[in-house]
Amino acid sequence: MSAPRGSVVERGAQDGSRMNADVRLSVEQVSYAYSPNPSQAPIFTLEATSFQVRPGEIVAVLGPNASGKSTVLRLIVGALQPLSGRILLNGAETHLMEARARAQKIAMVQQESQLLFPAKVWEFVLQGRHPHGKSLRFENSDDVTIATNALRQVGADHLSDRWMDEISGGEKQRVILARALAQQPVLLLLDEPTLHLDIGAQVDFLHTLKKLTAVNRYAVVIVTHELNLAGEYADQVVLMQKGKCLRVGTPASVYQRDLLEQVFQTRLTVEQRVNGRPKVSVLESSE
Amino acid sequence: MQPLTLSKVAVRCGILALVLFVVVVIALKFGAVPISLYGLAKDLIGVLIGHSSNISSEYGMIIREIRLPRIALGIFVGASLSVAGTSFQAVLRNPLADPYVLGVSFGAAVGSVLALIIEPHLTLRPEIAAVFTPLGGFIGATLTIAAVYLLGRYHGDIDSKTLLLSGVIVGSFFSAMILLLITMLPSSSTRGVAYWLMGDLSTPMPPILGWVLRTGFFAGFALIYLTASDLNLLLAGEKEAMHLGVDVKKVQLVVYLAASALTGLAVSVSGSIGYVGLIVPHLMRMIFGTDYRMLLPASAFGGAIAVVIADTMARTVAAPSELAVGAVTAIVGAPLFIYLLRRRLA
Repeated sequence: MSAPRGSVVERGAQDGSRMNADVRLSVEQVSYAYSPNPSQAPIFTLEATSFQVRPGEIVAVLGPNASGKSTVLRLIVGALQPLSGRILLNGAETHLMEARARAQKIAMVQQESQLLFPAKVWEFVLQGRHPHGKSLRFENSDDVTIATNALRQVGADHLSDRWMDEISGGEKQRVILARALAQQPVLLLLDEPTLHLDIGAQVDFLHTLKKLTAVNRYAVVIVTHELNLAGEYADQVVLMQKGKCLRVGTPASVYQRDLLEQVFQTRLTVEQRVNGRPKVSVLESSE
Repeated sequence: MQPLTLSKVAVRCGILALVLFVVVVIALKFGAVPISLYGLAKDLIGVLIGHSSNISSEYGMIIREIRLPRIALGIFVGASLSVAGTSFQAVLRNPLADPYVLGVSFGAAVGSVLALIIEPHLTLRPEIAAVFTPLGGFIGATLTIAAVYLLGRYHGDIDSKTLLLSGVIVGSFFSAMILLLITMLPSSSTRGVAYWLMGDLSTPMPPILGWVLRTGFFAGFALIYLTASDLNLLLAGEKEAMHLGVDVKKVQLVVYLAASALTGLAVSVSGSIGYVGLIVPHLMRMIFGTDYRMLLPASAFGGAIAVVIADTMARTVAAPSELAVGAVTAIVGAPLFIYLLRRRLA
């Protein structure tokens, strides 16, 4: 389960000296406030957050519940409008993009799709071609080739003719990833993609993601609770707590025992391993 | 991987059109005056392919003046209600959504009855007066779906059970309104309470209304069909659809308005025929799958076939007296609704 090492990962480590021209996604001093009623004080605020993602790079947004991780993702995908600051994808603000144009560039992988009626796996993956055409469209042979390749890339081509509600949770996550790949995006966003998976399926999924990110040069932002998986597979981590962005950097630089203990409110140890990746172990509660 | 193509849709629609034709011929045969099925089919095919311009004079008048207009009305009413149900199911993400169950049909009926009451007090030009009732139906249907949608929302999401319950309550309220309003209609009106609450195809309508119904159906269907690919994605939820490039708000608005227009039109000329928008889409899904690019035209044909069959039964099972067509659809539809609801809960 060791991650493929290469220029992608090494560049992630050279934090200070990166060229701006190479940036694909740039989150610049973005803040947001949510209040259910405009006359009331906001019940959640996201303070100015900044980070950048380059092609071939995985950035993990980490933090406990209600830290603002998912808000960051929804701001990036353009579903929310920043209160201040801006989010640029290849130089264009994401929330100003038209829905179809945005879906040609940004693909989102969520925890699970709730289908109203059963669909075959291949039908589901073909949906990823929807942004690339007119509103009413029938898929052509190019779409079929792209969808077939996407299924092959995630190692799920054998599932093509199965029903979506017949396959396992791990298989379903791969199929959802395949649909995102079929969109041929430049930016891939994943919201807790491994939440309901067992540890083997989690590692499998992230290993596939890592490989595809390097090969297809996606810029990837992944929101997760899993400290160790993020530490293993991410090139950068963004550590969040209560709407504040506390630290941005390589896992080794961000995973400091005191900091993580304070953020996650639990006692833990951080071990820096020989491959440069940190490993976090939770200690028994002191109480 | 064999995606749906336009030619597949066309071939299947061709088959459905053929089934509809056969059903129409059989429906033309049934009635008080016996007509030979063979002679009728031969005459009709002759007219259709242009070899002759006449249906045999023995029964031509009955066919042309009585049975055919009623069947044509059944075709467009059935297709409209079925397409409206199929569309509501996608935008509301509820497979039990149907204009009748959601109370939209009753809202359309209230709108139509109000239009009938107001119309004599206004001095309208005949062509505007003709579309006044369907317009009332459309406005009634639109307001009702908006109300049911708002009542069925809970914490920003549509709650399936709350939605259905809201529909039933709104429907019950409007049924009472219809009973009340009917008393205000001029006594010359041939449309009674049973017409508005159960649906009926026996009332003849002016030709211009037939034209409005046909044009309205094709316009409404075209608008909804243009969103068919988007509706496929909406089945997985609003957020997912948005992430796949669907302009969710726009699609919802177009489909709500068009489906309300179809319901309003159908109800204004036939009353509240129930469950067509529920039974037909379910049958069509079993046969053709869930892809809306196929399902929408299949539902249109299926709705037409179902209502023509139901009306033929309504005309014949208790002859010489007639049942309301809505009674036949409800006898089949209500148990099916219960079955689907139980299956969903399980």
